[in-house]
Amino acid sequence: MMRDTVDLTSAWTIRDAVNTGAISAAQVARVALRRIESSDPALGAFVTVEPERVLARAAEVDRLVRTSGALPLAGVPVAVKDNICTRLVGTTCCSKILENFIPPYDASAVARMETAGAIVIGKTNCDEFAMGSSTENSAWQATHNPYGLDRVAGGSSGGSAASVAAGMASLALGSETGGSVRQPASFCNVLGLKPTYGRISRYGLVAFASSLDCIGLIAHSPRDLALLLSVTAGCDERDSTSAAAPVPDYIAALDQSVAGMRLGIPREYFGAGIDPDVKDIVDRGLRNAEALGCELVEISMPHTEYAIADYYIIAPAEASSNLARYDAVRYGLRAPGARDLSEMYKLSRSAGFGAEVKRRIMIGTYALSSGYYEAYYGRAMRVRTLIKRDFEKAFADVDALLAPVSPTPAFRLGEKIQDPLAMYLSDVYTVTANLAGVPALSIPCGISHAGLPVGLQILGNHLEESSLLRFAGCYMNAFPLVTPPLKI
Amino acid sequence: MEITRAEVLKIAELAKLHFPESELDAFLAQFQRILDYIEKLKEVNVEGIEPTSHVALSGAHGSSHHRADETRSSLSVEEALMNAPDRGEDQFAVPKVIG
Repeated sequence: MMRDTVDLTSAWTIRDAVNTGAISAAQVARVALRRIESSDPALGAFVTVEPERVLARAAEVDRLVRTSGALPLAGVPVAVKDNICTRLVGTTCCSKILENFIPPYDASAVARMETAGAIVIGKTNCDEFAMGSSTENSAWQATHNPYGLDRVAGGSSGGSAASVAAGMASLALGSETGGSVRQPASFCNVLGLKPTYGRISRYGLVAFASSLDCIGLIAHSPRDLALLLSVTAGCDERDSTSAAAPVPDYIAALDQSVAGMRLGIPREYFGAGIDPDVKDIVDRGLRNAEALGCELVEISMPHTEYAIADYYIIAPAEASSNLARYDAVRYGLRAPGARDLSEMYKLSRSAGFGAEVKRRIMIGTYALSSGYYEAYYGRAMRVRTLIKRDFEKAFADVDALLAPVSPTPAFRLGEKIQDPLAMYLSDVYTVTANLAGVPALSIPCGISHAGLPVGLQILGNHLEESSLLRFAGCYMNAFPLVTPPLKI
Repeated sequence: MEITRAEVLKIAELAKLHFPESELDAFLAQFQRILDYIEKLKEVNVEGIEPTSHVALSGAHGSSHHRADETRSSLSVEEALMNAPDRGEDQFAVPKVIG
């Protein structure tokens, strides 16, 4: 492999080349850094890149491979969302309140990737504390879509999706509370996996809504995704909600056929509000699934229409509690001039949090306040049970579900930012999986008339990541990815 | 449910947030729109339905991690204090709490 032709779109190829000595991790890192230098000014996917640290780490990986042998992610450049802690590398959650925060520890998922030989190439832009669907709520910058620079990359993991799509990183970690990996993956023509709740440790993922939060994965191919999941999945004693279930062989699952797989098509996911282009492309995806031998069954998930309202009580309620920790005492911004403790809290939080974060803290505080708790949060928890039951009933009959990811392709920067409710509604097909805790995967499915990528979503039962990957593997083998030219 | 200016100010106090007078009306309007939307949940009959507060897996695949109650090393004092906005004598420093 020649130094200047390193293909960063395949983690698998890179790690094989590094493991056999055909190329060094240092060479790969230099290529990735050059790509970031040339492409990122137009995209704004990264918020922190420290070339010296990256090159030192690459040299360490080269030594490790020489002394200890092959590693599963040897030399693979991985981008990490800025709400996932990286030891001694700034982790701001794209919030002014954490502008100077330097974690003294690594998130478990990051530690596992590094043990596997990966190189954290940089920290990626996101909506502040992952609250948003366009990455425009970042305190630092907006991220542009590599397939249309006037379009959003999606959110909240927009920087992670754009970094992989534009070939600046081979893989990326994002996070999902309500579609924040699948939607940007769909907008950027890459794969985005939200695993089962608890499948990947949340230790070191800065808390937003703890009953919904998951670390999610972004890659160019099902094989790369399976590789990254194999490394990051598994029980972690530092996360009491992490699942004890053994980690299956995700890579072996890719070789199996999907003929005879029974797939539910929930009619509520194809209702009013879906863009005609998206509907056509997803319909084609369904026909392709049939061509692969899958059996399609129309089903009903009657509580889907309440998912957004449910989510926008539960997520803000949990956020209002989690974000109480930003008290300007142990870390984070402390505004000057406070005369007492209470004023210090108020001044610091008001100066440090952006508009959307404040809005959600307010909604959550309201929903949990005395007199309203039962009417809002109490009711929302019961509706969540009904949404979960929709999935249980569906999976009693079918192996997985197929649906769109987002009702529209990437929208324009600025289009929804003044209208929070319109922004919330763009997550209508994704928040259900978070509420139910089931895994779901966005697979590139086609390109709209405007040249924008559209994803197909497959949702599975708890711990059924293998089935989702198997479907993605067969699908993308038979119907290879269409990649229009990048606009950079 | 109609939300008043006074209620917004009360919630802001509970959440330790301050909204300047100039932003309050715009905030109130957006807040009201979102509340109107989430009112939608009132259509659902939830009688007799158990609440779901979390979706962590249970049973053999579950998430109950207990370990022996033995001392282990953790962050050093220096690491714990490295992000403190103000510190002194190996502790976090804050404005005077008791008058």
